[in-house]
Amino acid sequence: MTRSSSAVRESLCRADKPYSPGRRLLGRRLALFAAGALAAFAFAGKPAQAQEFPTRAITMVVPFAAGGPTDTVARLIAESMSKSLGQQVVVENVGGAGGTRGAGQVAKATPDGYTVLVHHIGQATSATLYRKLAYNVLTDFTEMGLITDVPMTMIAKKDFAPTSIPELIAYVKENKDKIVYGNAGVGSASHLCGMLFMSALDTQMTTVPYQGTGPAMNDLVGGQIDLMCDQTTNTTGQIKSGKVKAYGVTTPARVKSLPDLPTFDEAGLKGFEVAVWHGMYGPKGVPPEVVAKLNGALKAALQDPKVIARFADLGTEPVALDRATPEVHKAFVASEVAKWKPVIEKAGVFAD
Amino acid sequence: MDILSNLELGFSVALTLQNILYCFIGVLLGTLIGVLPGLGPVATIAMLLPITFGLPPVSALIMLAGIYYGAQYGGSTTAILINLPGESSSVVTALDGYQMARQGRAGAALATAALGSFFAGTVATLLLALFAPPLADLALKFGPPEYFALMVLGLVASVALASGSVMKALAMVVLGILLGLAGQDVYTGIPRFTFDITDIADGIEFVALAMGVFGLGELIRNLEDEHGRTVGVQKVTGLMLTKADFKAIVKPVLRGTVLGSLLGILPGGGAILSSFAAYSIEKKLSKTPQRFGRGAIEGVAAPESANNAGAQTSFIPMLTLGIPSNPVMALMIGALIIQGIVPGPNVVNEKPDLFWGIIASMWIGNLMLVLLNLPLIGIWVRLLTVPYHVLFPLIVGFCCIGVYSVNNNAFDVYAMALFGVFGYVLAKLECEPAPLLLGFIIGPMLEEYLRRAMLISRGDPMVFVTRPLSATLLALAVLALVVVLLPSVRKTRDEAFRE
Repeated sequence: MTRSSSAVRESLCRADKPYSPGRRLLGRRLALFAAGALAAFAFAGKPAQAQEFPTRAITMVVPFAAGGPTDTVARLIAESMSKSLGQQVVVENVGGAGGTRGAGQVAKATPDGYTVLVHHIGQATSATLYRKLAYNVLTDFTEMGLITDVPMTMIAKKDFAPTSIPELIAYVKENKDKIVYGNAGVGSASHLCGMLFMSALDTQMTTVPYQGTGPAMNDLVGGQIDLMCDQTTNTTGQIKSGKVKAYGVTTPARVKSLPDLPTFDEAGLKGFEVAVWHGMYGPKGVPPEVVAKLNGALKAALQDPKVIARFADLGTEPVALDRATPEVHKAFVASEVAKWKPVIEKAGVFAD
Repeated sequence: MDILSNLELGFSVALTLQNILYCFIGVLLGTLIGVLPGLGPVATIAMLLPITFGLPPVSALIMLAGIYYGAQYGGSTTAILINLPGESSSVVTALDGYQMARQGRAGAALATAALGSFFAGTVATLLLALFAPPLADLALKFGPPEYFALMVLGLVASVALASGSVMKALAMVVLGILLGLAGQDVYTGIPRFTFDITDIADGIEFVALAMGVFGLGELIRNLEDEHGRTVGVQKVTGLMLTKADFKAIVKPVLRGTVLGSLLGILPGGGAILSSFAAYSIEKKLSKTPQRFGRGAIEGVAAPESANNAGAQTSFIPMLTLGIPSNPVMALMIGALIIQGIVPGPNVVNEKPDLFWGIIASMWIGNLMLVLLNLPLIGIWVRLLTVPYHVLFPLIVGFCCIGVYSVNNNAFDVYAMALFGVFGYVLAKLECEPAPLLLGFIIGPMLEEYLRRAMLISRGDPMVFVTRPLSATLLALAVLALVVVLLPSVRKTRDEAFRE
């Protein structure tokens, strides 16, 4: 691995503050790299490593089609990161196989920081949904920080009988599989939300998968199906126009763009929580100083007023900065893998 | 009148210098990528998305829309000239368009496509302006049973696509369906016919299949014949349409426009059906159906009008409901979101300048396209006289780039090469690839809608006949089947082929 290729890099990153210049480190560098490192001293006063990355464009792989919610999040981040890194961050859509094709491509990429992945909750659920995954979700990636939690909303066709979350829960329990729940396909966020909802209510609805949110929304607005749970990115416009009936949001707190919508937790379904969280990854073994640089650019993007404004339009906001760290991200992925494993196994639905 | 003031608003937005410029850039780019085989609007718009961040939302959408319908214009060019349909909609155009080109009438075929598309685009844009909200409601009435019935009708009509043996055509439809079923099952997530290859987990790529069996297969076949290695064009006569041509295409263009406008509204694959259906109808109505597949000008006029009309009306669900009807529309919704506009039914009221500006720009864009494309015909036709040792490697090169750009996946390039050989074998066996492609497109949708309808109806098949829309469509399908199978009709059909 690249990490072991340079003792200097190791020692550099072991310093707690990689950005603060240290005479000792610079001296060692000079001794080791002699003439080769001369260029770095054009920027004397800052550690040379930080200057070296990035020297060319960075590819940000989005494992879904262009134009989708994850793509939108990634592009907003990429635009802002390009500015702070001084190099273009180019979004490349490598869709297919529920996001595992793009993720697999990044897992096998050179861990130099020039290939990163922006993936959502599917990164954690794919560990269970796909039994023949070519990579290990927990060990084959370098987590670089969480980006945002997109809330989900439970919506129904306009003339669906229940009018509140408690009514909905009672109605679903009573009518069970007479109710048709639509989702955007096996493994999609809407599928996960539905599974968790049924698991929380310990009941079973008739589930009808679609190929993406678009056709599912079409059938919900047209009254062909009863119920759906999807990201605010897809549902806010429909909710505000009154074409669908909204029950609640799935996050612990209410959503600013839909202030009247209660959370499931406050309406009685304690602990019910799903968010389409997004994070940034590299392949395993990205040098820590490169991770720090990318994470710094990510944090800068999350504080960028334009990014915050656009996220607000999507009904979401950047994660708190203390969550946008590699350590929190890594632990969170592990906890999400553990959270969804029993839910998916109970539903008995796999994607391979 | 309301509509007049709305259109006035629309044109006042679309006719600003900046928006005219972006409209022009859009249609020009669209034409170019349409001409380049395989490189489609989805890849192009995805690449251009970052550029639109800095533009006002209306300009951005006007440009992206221009790329989309511009590509529909350009897409027919390679289909006609070198039998290379890069999009599902131009597969049908290749049938008679390429034959016309081989007879030296490429100019007439291209002119027919351009004029037919312009007429269809104008009518469909007007329809969009006048009836967008009620038409969107019609689209919502189409549930899974209705789509299933529509697909059955499409499949029955597809037999008419074949100009040779009916048996072989049916066999090709079935083979197409089988190929189409490869990939993850929508309902259970189980992979089918994928042989553990992740690259086909989402199915075989349509562009790879279409360009392989049509374009590359034809290239290989051409290489066999030492004398005819100039894509088979001996001499190029008249670039423009004769009076007789005009007379022949008026009705097909009208019928194609109506059919395309209606089917284009349906998000669940209606637009794909429109060009196939328009072709089948013309062939059925024609007094000389034997000319179809051998260079009939109606066979170019009707599907080209239908697909361009469909391209315009497919904006209806996106603009009025905020629901994307195809991947291109999904991209445009993404572009809107990045611009800070949340797509949904409220856009029409909250952003009338956006809604009406785009509609007005579509008409302007169509006008630009016809003015742009008619003079280009001369250049395209001259392309055919390029020596084969220059042209063929170029075509193969562009095909590879185009196929790769669809999914950024090298696997699709290999798949295309394989399908090229397969296409050559089909040509040798005198099996036609068009029914194969139709089966490939319709088969999986037929299954998806059938299972969805049955899931929702809880296993009750009566749902197909108790719902009036689906019952009507199924009745039409039965009627079409009877016409095809009626002994007397078949007899004349067979006789016709013996000529």
